[in-house]
Amino acid sequence: MKMLINVPESVVADALRGLAAAHPELAVDVENRVIVRRDAPVAGQVGLVSGGGSGHEPLHGGFVGPGMLSAACPGEVFTSPVPDQMLRAAAAVDSGAGVLFIVKNYTGDVLNFDMAAEMAEDEGIQVAKVLVNDDVAVTDSLYTAGRRGTGATLFVEKIAGAAAAEGMPLERVQAIARQVNESSRSFGIALSACSTPAKGSPTFDLPPGELELGIGIHGEPGRERRAMMTSGEIAEAAVEAVVEDLQPRNPVLVLVNGMGATPLLELYGFNAEVHRVLAQRGVPVARVLVGNYVTSLDMAGASLTLCQVDEELLRLYDAPVKTPGLRWGV
Amino acid sequence: MLDADFFRRWMTATAASVDREAERLTALDSPIGDADHGSNLQRGFTAVVTVLEEEAPGTPGGVLTLAGRRLISTVGGASGPLYGTLLRRTGKALGDAEEVSAEQLAEALRAGVDAVMTLGGAAPGDKTMIDALVPAVDALGDSFAAARTAAEEGAVATTPLQARKGRASYVGERSIGHQDPGATSSALLIAGLAEAAGE
Repeated sequence: MKMLINVPESVVADALRGLAAAHPELAVDVENRVIVRRDAPVAGQVGLVSGGGSGHEPLHGGFVGPGMLSAACPGEVFTSPVPDQMLRAAAAVDSGAGVLFIVKNYTGDVLNFDMAAEMAEDEGIQVAKVLVNDDVAVTDSLYTAGRRGTGATLFVEKIAGAAAAEGMPLERVQAIARQVNESSRSFGIALSACSTPAKGSPTFDLPPGELELGIGIHGEPGRERRAMMTSGEIAEAAVEAVVEDLQPRNPVLVLVNGMGATPLLELYGFNAEVHRVLAQRGVPVARVLVGNYVTSLDMAGASLTLCQVDEELLRLYDAPVKTPGLRWGV
Repeated sequence: MLDADFFRRWMTATAASVDREAERLTALDSPIGDADHGSNLQRGFTAVVTVLEEEAPGTPGGVLTLAGRRLISTVGGASGPLYGTLLRRTGKALGDAEEVSAEQLAEALRAGVDAVMTLGGAAPGDKTMIDALVPAVDALGDSFAAARTAAEEGAVATTPLQARKGRASYVGERSIGHQDPGATSSALLIAGLAEAAGE
């Protein structure tokens, strides 16, 4: 697999140097792998820290800025960051109002953020956590590590970021972040596997004419393999999986998210099918976001996330945001 | 009796075998994980060897706690905290004695494995590193070589199991038929112990 890289060992550092060059409003510590908004800590505001393996860009580093994350910690490709990074980030963004860790539910992320939270508390930083676990494809939480954190991470980071920007206290920002997670569900499909720089070839074998339903965002295979379906059929399967689990009664935010290698032309076509199926099911749509936000390297495919919102969540979603990956109202 | 030098040799031997087997570990991690187990552990154990040379701790416990801390701050993923905790807790259980017996090591390693089970929530049979480590600790009373064999057999025995913890659990029944990468690297760690003992 050809890749636009120097050597596999330096892909994360190279990308951080490039992020720094493109976004002088971010303080990018390439050596210690922490991305912080340059004006942090912001007096009176809760700091928001997230992080995870690299390979999901713009998540998380591309969501650092006013109205969203205060700092992000990128790990190696598909590998959670280490506690030292999160501790450094927490210390950089804590204004005294405390820090919220936004953690996607993967064993590695949970363990490393837990260790970092203990270390931060030892240093007198008040830390609260929210776990994102929106992926409905993981049906049996008794015999797995539980549902994965995927597309809903964007909604959690955006809405909690707006709450922090309004000066809400830590407990309130945490409660809102939890509400967003509990109101969100996602389902992903893959048309191809992705190739990690370390391996250099696809992480699993997906023959032409077949697709994977219920994939995660780390190149791991899904729950089920089927003969190729049309965009309309895929939309029906994805909406059914999400809506049956969420049972929305309020309007929803819709995220039609590309996994990295699917053109926007196809994503918008898929969005049209998602809308058709949501209308058939009588689910009102409040806002729509289409694009590559929570990606999986060069995987082809898409995920659908729905988040049902009340007036407050919608107001916070609409609030101004100014980050490399998400920007409106400013 | 086993001194700090023995424990340094254990870490160096493990680093060398992780280096040799990195591609195999990553290949095992591809069908049921995310294809990075080899490169992550390689980075971690290379850093362990470096820091042990720099700081040269003088006790067995010192070597293992430093190695564990280094793994936690360099590996990431689940492997970092799990392997880091294994070595750190084993090291702590050894205290600050300058030499320890094989029996003391077996006892300390059991405490380390217990800590890993608590942290990761895995039990034997869940298709994880525990499936190699528990039989190895059980066999350590006989000899280091017996522990190595038990760990290797434990790793191979994960093949027909369905994963219930970690990332392989997401593929459900499709994890059956693949040897667990974490159990495989744990067998390398125990093999490093036998190598340090010259067995």
